[in-house]
Parts: sequence; C-alpha cells; structure tokens
Amino acid sequence: MFYREAGQFKTSYKADQALMPILQDRVGLAVILIIAFAVIPALANDFFLTSIMIPFLVFALAAIGLNILTGYCGQLSLGTGAFMGVGAYAAYKLTSIFPEANVIVMVLISGVFSAAIGAVFGLPSLRIKGLYLAVTTLAAQFFLEWCFIRIPWLYNYNASGAIEVPHREVFGIVASGAEATPLARYFIVLGITTVIALLIANVLRGRIGRSWMMIRDMDIAAELMGIRPLRTKLMAFAVSSYICGVAGAMMVFFWLNAAEPSSYSIRLSFQILFMVILGGLGSLSGAFMGAAFIWILPVILKFVPGLIGIDLAAETIEHATFMIVGALIIFFLIVEPHGFARLWQIAKQKLRVWPFPY
Amino acid sequence: MLYDIFIDPFVQMYDMPDFFLQVLWEGFVAGILYALIALGFVLIFKASGVFNFAQGIMVVFAGLTLVGLNENGVPAYLALILTIGVMGVLAYGVERVVMRPLVNQPDIILLMATIGLTYFLVGFGEFVFGGEPKQMITEQLGLPTGSTAFEIGERGLVILQHIDIAAALIAVLMVAALGIFFNKTRIGRALRAVADDHQAALSVGISLNQIWAIVWFAAGLVALATGIMWGARSDVSFALEIVAFKALPVLILGGFTSIPGAIVGGLIIGFGEKIGELYWGGLVGGGIESWLAYIIALIFLLFRPQGLFGERIIERI
Repeated sequence: MFYREAGQFKTSYKADQALMPILQDRVGLAVILIIAFAVIPALANDFFLTSIMIPFLVFALAAIGLNILTGYCGQLSLGTGAFMGVGAYAAYKLTSIFPEANVIVMVLISGVFSAAIGAVFGLPSLRIKGLYLAVTTLAAQFFLEWCFIRIPWLYNYNASGAIEVPHREVFGIVASGAEATPLARYFIVLGITTVIALLIANVLRGRIGRSWMMIRDMDIAAELMGIRPLRTKLMAFAVSSYICGVAGAMMVFFWLNAAEPSSYSIRLSFQILFMVILGGLGSLSGAFMGAAFIWILPVILKFVPGLIGIDLAAETIEHATFMIVGALIIFFLIVEPHGFARLWQIAKQKLRVWPFPY
Repeated sequence: MLYDIFIDPFVQMYDMPDFFLQVLWEGFVAGILYALIALGFVLIFKASGVFNFAQGIMVVFAGLTLVGLNENGVPAYLALILTIGVMGVLAYGVERVVMRPLVNQPDIILLMATIGLTYFLVGFGEFVFGGEPKQMITEQLGLPTGSTAFEIGERGLVILQHIDIAAALIAVLMVAALGIFFNKTRIGRALRAVADDHQAALSVGISLNQIWAIVWFAAGLVALATGIMWGARSDVSFALEIVAFKALPVLILGGFTSIPGAIVGGLIIGFGEKIGELYWGGLVGGGIESWLAYIIALIFLLFRPQGLFGERIIERI
C-alpha cells in the first residue's frame, strides 16, 4: 500500500535498467541526500559532526570496501585494517612529497597504493579458500602493521612514530590539519563517500559486479562459463582495498588528525567485519546500517548512564560497553543472520502488501 | 648482504652452540603453548565445525578467574576447582545461548558469533576482575618455579625454567589423555561420530547438544591449563589475546581437524619463529616474530592447501 510499484510502467529500456526503477526508492534516496547535505550541516553542532557523522561515514565507506570482497566476491578477509593503514600512510607520504597538491586528490590517489598491495595479498585466494584464506589475510594485517612501525621513512622519521596531518587548504578552505572546521571535513567526507558509493552501486550491477557474484556463488561453475577466476578475484581485492585505502586516508586526514600504527590494528579489521556482517553481506545500504550500529551504539552507551543520572566510572562503562556490544552481536546473528539489510527488505515487503499479511 | 642472509646465521649457530640450544628450547616452549591453544580450537572445530575465535580469550578468562578468585581469599586448589566449574558453566551457556540457535548457519556467521563471544568475555572478565595484569599463583598451585643451568662445551650455558618443563609435560599428558578419551571412551567415540557426520550421529541416537557442551567444556579445560602455563611465564592479562592469534597459523599448518597436526604445527611455528627472529630478524630491524608465523603458514599453504594432516577438500559441481 505505502510501497507499491504496481502501476509504475517502464516505457523504455533506459527506465527499466535504471539504478532505482521504483519511484519511492528515488524519493527516499533524495530525502536521505538532502538530510545529509543540508539538514545535518545546518542543525548539527561540532561534537555531533566530529564524533558521530564523520567516523560513521568513514566506517561506512570501509564497510562498503570489505563488502565488495566478502559480500559480493565471497572472499573472507581479516586484513581490512591494514589496507586502510596503507591508504593513510600513502596519503601522508604523498602530501609531504607534494605539499602544493590538492589534498582530496591525494587521498583519492592513495587508494591506488592500497589496491596494489591488496592485490598482492589476494594472490593466494586462487588456491586457498574460506577460513584458510581469512587466516592468510591476517598475514597481511600483521606484516603491514609491522611495516608501519619499523620503516621510519613511512612516517617521515618522526620521533613519535605517528603520522600527523599537515595543514592543507583546498580552494582557500582549510581541509585538513588541526584548524580545519568540522563542517568542511564533513562535506569532504560526505562527498567522497557518496560519489564512491554511487559508483560502486553501478559497478556492482554491471558485468564486473556480476562476475564477482558468480565467483561467490560457485567458483567452478563461473570458471566453466568463461569467468577468469584469478583476474576476477584479484580485481575484487584491488577494488576493495582501494576503497578501504581511501577510507583509511580519510580516517586520519579528516577525522583523527594523527594516527599511530595501532590505529590500524586487527581490532579495526574486526570492527569493519562486524559492520559488514550485521549490516548484511552483499548489500550497500547494509554497510551504512552496520556502520551506524557498530559506531553509534557505543557512543550512545557512553552517554546514557550520565543522562539518566547514574554515576559510573569510565572504566566500568567501557567494560559494560564491550559486554553489551558482544551480546548484541550474538543476539542479532541469532535473530537475523542476514543482517539489517534483510530486516529492511522484510519491512519493505510488509509495506508493499499492507494491510494484508501476504 | 647475501653473506648476512645465507652464511652468517649458520656460522653463528655453529660458533655458539649453547645459544643455539637455548633458542631451540625457547622455540620448543613457545611451540608447546601455541599447540595448546590450537588444541582447544581443534577440539571444537572437530566436533561442531565451528571456528572458535574465542579460544584465545577463554585462555585469558580461565587464568583471570583462577587468579581473581585467589585474590579474593579463596585457597589456590579450591580456586582451581571453582574455575573448572566456571568453565563448565561457560561451556553450557555457550552451547545453550549461542550454538544451539545458530545450528546450520554458514561458517562465517558462526565465526562472527564466536568473535561476539570474545567481546563479551573481554568485557565480562574486566568487569569482574579488573583490567590490570595479574601475577599467576604458580607456587600456591604447587608448580615448580626454579631453573636449572646446563653446561655445554667449555663456557656455554643453557638455562631451563622448571615451569617450562612442567608445561611440556602437562601438554604431553593432555594430548595423551585426549587421545585415550577420543579412542577408548563412549563419549569420545560419540564425539568422533559427530565430527564425521552430524546427521548420521543424530540418527543413531547421539545427542548433539550434549556433545557440544562436553566439547566446549574440554576446550575450556585446555584453555585453563594453557592460561596457567602462560600466566606463569608472564602475567595474566589481556595481552595474551595476541598470543591466541599465533594459534591460527599453527592451525592452518596442521590442518583444522587434526590433534597431532596442532602439536606438530605448534612446534614448527615455535622453532621457526624463534630461530627466524634471533638469527635473521636483526637484518630487517627486528620484531619479525609478529608476522613470521603467518608467512611460514602462507608459503606452506600454497603447496598444501589443506594443511599437514588436514582432510583433502574435494570439490565437485
């Protein structure tokens, strides 16, 4: 009733193959974009932007990256954190070598390095599958993390061993460094995330995306039908790592301002994997929902006890957060193993047939 | 450069045999501990096909419970018994709350559930016993604490910690006990039946739920032993979690389903890691222990994708 595609006739191939053939979807997306681009910047304060919206968008982008690999191509990876780190360190080196260049362009280019390294670590995927592959991606995680610590060239021989984001301006606006306003950062992050998400949405329904899904569903059958597994899998690794690399670079340039090797540890890999699984494997909107859940929930949990007047030590809250998040992860896996994206699908189906149950 | 890589380390090994033996012993002890953690993984994977990521945290949790109880005035041996009880409750709870509703889900969902369990146990352990590192109650448990030095050659010296010897002995005993348990007892045979084929086991009247609870309990006991041994070498803290990640390359080296594989894999990784670190690590700035095990396992996998003792995966369309 509320969500009815009956009566929306397509009269051309173009209309039939549109990204969102249903009017309600288009309206919904437009509303979300208006909220993101106009309402939030107008109403939100700096705290909301820097500690909720910017990290949420960065994580959502990283989750999209991992979702391409795990959700669409079926290759389990635990090295996401390290690939994000590669992007961050590459962007850092690039802006120190070319201080005049546009920092947004540098962030986008840094993903290329991450893609190359991701493809190298994707090589074993032709021979190794499933959980075994997941463990080999841990090799990437620990090896790259070690590189970030042990190769001083990567962090410009800083005494602290951390990378600090320099002051950079884009078209006269401070884009990175400590002086950049949260609003400017928010717009940059939002812009990059939106553009990449839309691009990927189109790639996924084209030839490349469908060949990834064939590999995921049954690799041998895909091979028999003329998909070259090595090329397809490596491309999935490269595209996935590119996006993760860009997300990692944004994480340090537009959110944290400084990053240590431990920022890109295995814990980050798990966080991203949680977002993908809870959001729904093989769903772009799921990546956003998963990122919202995993990032925003602990922030809320941190503030709720204070708001309702219970005074707890910071440590206790942190421990309780761990417990609650762990328990909720298990709970959601039991209730809906296909993630929030599936819940949303069910809700849409209900709306479609309302007021009848089916 | 080539000399440094290919000749110098071997010259050093020959020149200082005492140091080399010490390195080997360190590798052996580390390998035993990795093998013990891997053993817990294998037990659960064998019986339920669940890749139990929480095994590492179970080690910490067991050690922490033991020490925490002792700190609160419970005598050491009573604390040990109580901890065994806690691991039993944990096993039953996991079976009841996590595993049973997730029967028949794909591997990755089960893996995620155990990672969720990891988060929960980290939070719970810190919540109850506090997050700071704790001293293991080695002496109260009657474990040896001294060390013996052996003279090798003219001036060489190899030092063996008694606790390491005890760890190795306990590991051997545990593997032997598990072997007997799996091959000779009724429950052990039921376990193997479940491992081979869930449905066939169900159809001859084996209770899957009961078996899973037993397996998680067994894994909990292995975790407790590992926690005591590791805690005696360093402190009991959540840093141990990192050590648990070392068990993963051990697993893929040995194969996910093989108990001897876990032991052999653990020893290979233990020896390889220590020798690599001490003789070659200096060339690239040290600290290569953190990833060498993974690279060894990765190279190995390229030649034998199912691991040393793993079952060959046959693919058909």
